[in-house]
Amino acid sequence: MELVWIVLIVLAVIVIGGILIYNGLVQRRLRIDEAFAQIEVQLKRRWDLIPNLVNAVKGYMGFEQSVLENVTQARANAVTAGAQGPAAQAQAEGMLTGALRSLFAVVENYPELKANQNVLELQEQLTTTENQIGFARQHYNAVVLDYNTSIATIPNVLIAGPFGFSKREFFDAEPEAAQVPTVDLGTYNPPSAG
Amino acid sequence: MNPPAVQSFYQQISANRRRSVLLVLLLTALLGVFGFVIGYAVSGAPEGGIVAVVVAVIIALLLSSVSYFAGDSIVLGASGARQVDEASAPQLMNVVREMSIAANVPPPRVYVINDTAPNAFATGRDPQHASVAVTTGLLEKLDREELQGVIGHELSHVRNLDIRFALLVAVLVGSIALLADFFLRFTFWGGLGGGRRSRSGRDGGGGLVIIMIVVGLILAIVAPIVARFVQMAVSRQREYLADASGVELTRNPYGLERALAKISSDREVLEVANRATQHLYFVNPIKKWEDRASGLMATHPPIVERINRLRALTGQAPVDARSVSALAGLD
Repeated sequence: MELVWIVLIVLAVIVIGGILIYNGLVQRRLRIDEAFAQIEVQLKRRWDLIPNLVNAVKGYMGFEQSVLENVTQARANAVTAGAQGPAAQAQAEGMLTGALRSLFAVVENYPELKANQNVLELQEQLTTTENQIGFARQHYNAVVLDYNTSIATIPNVLIAGPFGFSKREFFDAEPEAAQVPTVDLGTYNPPSAG
Repeated sequence: MNPPAVQSFYQQISANRRRSVLLVLLLTALLGVFGFVIGYAVSGAPEGGIVAVVVAVIIALLLSSVSYFAGDSIVLGASGARQVDEASAPQLMNVVREMSIAANVPPPRVYVINDTAPNAFATGRDPQHASVAVTTGLLEKLDREELQGVIGHELSHVRNLDIRFALLVAVLVGSIALLADFFLRFTFWGGLGGGRRSRSGRDGGGGLVIIMIVVGLILAIVAPIVARFVQMAVSRQREYLADASGVELTRNPYGLERALAKISSDREVLEVANRATQHLYFVNPIKKWEDRASGLMATHPPIVERINRLRALTGQAPVDARSVSALAGLD
């Protein structure tokens, strides 16, 4: 009689433990989806800020049309790429980041522009947006790490395999991020210092 | 000479957590032993100890609950903090929002204190009820990267539930103090041991009870002091943990390192702080050497130690106290 009880208790512990592990894995997987959605939120925020920035600097930067046009075009591409899937989107957002970097590198050569209050505020806005995108991606990678670790460790691995929990990918930096932005000043000579 | 050891912030986070948990277990054991001894000494049987411990914990819990639920508004009010928003402090709000995204917590309420001494603190029992305050001195003296490091540290206090942890420790320490107080009064005024009670005769251990009384008296004097030392040690471990967790958020130890160097080189005194609130701040705001307890009784680790632990994350050699201001770029 006692043996039956022991077997029942052991079975109950296994089943309850299995349920708890399964629920934990589901929660971690959902966190990944949430973190990905948060990145989207930040990307959209950047799309909205850019037209304001271009308008603020356009009056001063008569000779830098190509740089401004690059930024506007890259933004348009990023908005449409949103519907084309994560890979296309990541590439388009990377090009937008590069175009913005070129723009700010050029702004450095315009003392009037650097001191303009609107431009300074927009620069801070874009800085914080870039940071927020970066931190949203960092958090995404953190929850992916947590999830990948939990499906690979014992005892969770015993539940993860049979119930179809598979590894998720990290958000890698786009190849463009490693490139130094090129600055094309065209025929304009920047004012000399001093 | 060996190259400096490189650690990851994950390693530092685990180590700091482990040490603080061990210290709490030590405190719990101390409380348990003390309760047992007192129970034996007072009633001649250990069961009395359980009653004594439970009563002491309940009283300590009630006394601490005020600071747990209302503590943040009390401290914020006492320091003259004013709440800020996007319009009044855009860069500060942006930095706080960035760190909240990295930490995946709701952004705390943000306050600014009018004082030229650079410092910051965080309060709140959990991320949903949290506030962060910085001084105007901090905003002026630190750049964006350094500010991010400080905010990352403060937000880590919130997400590591350090206020709750501190409450747990305070309840344990308070219970030990209450038990000590009770026992000392009891031995002065009341009957000692179970000698009065007819029940104790069955123990046959009048001698054992006397030993327990003596041990109890020693503990009553020593245990509260030891408990305070342990409490300070826990506070220091949680500060190291907040530094390492802050780096987990920013992935940039240099910002926090420079911020620490700058703040420690600053000789200004934070006027609103005193001994009661010193443990909350980013660095200990009490500057005068004789006022600030050092070593075992310090709420914060020495700044040089905190800087060196951050330097270990990037494989840089440790520095000594004299080099700190050079790190801040102030030389």
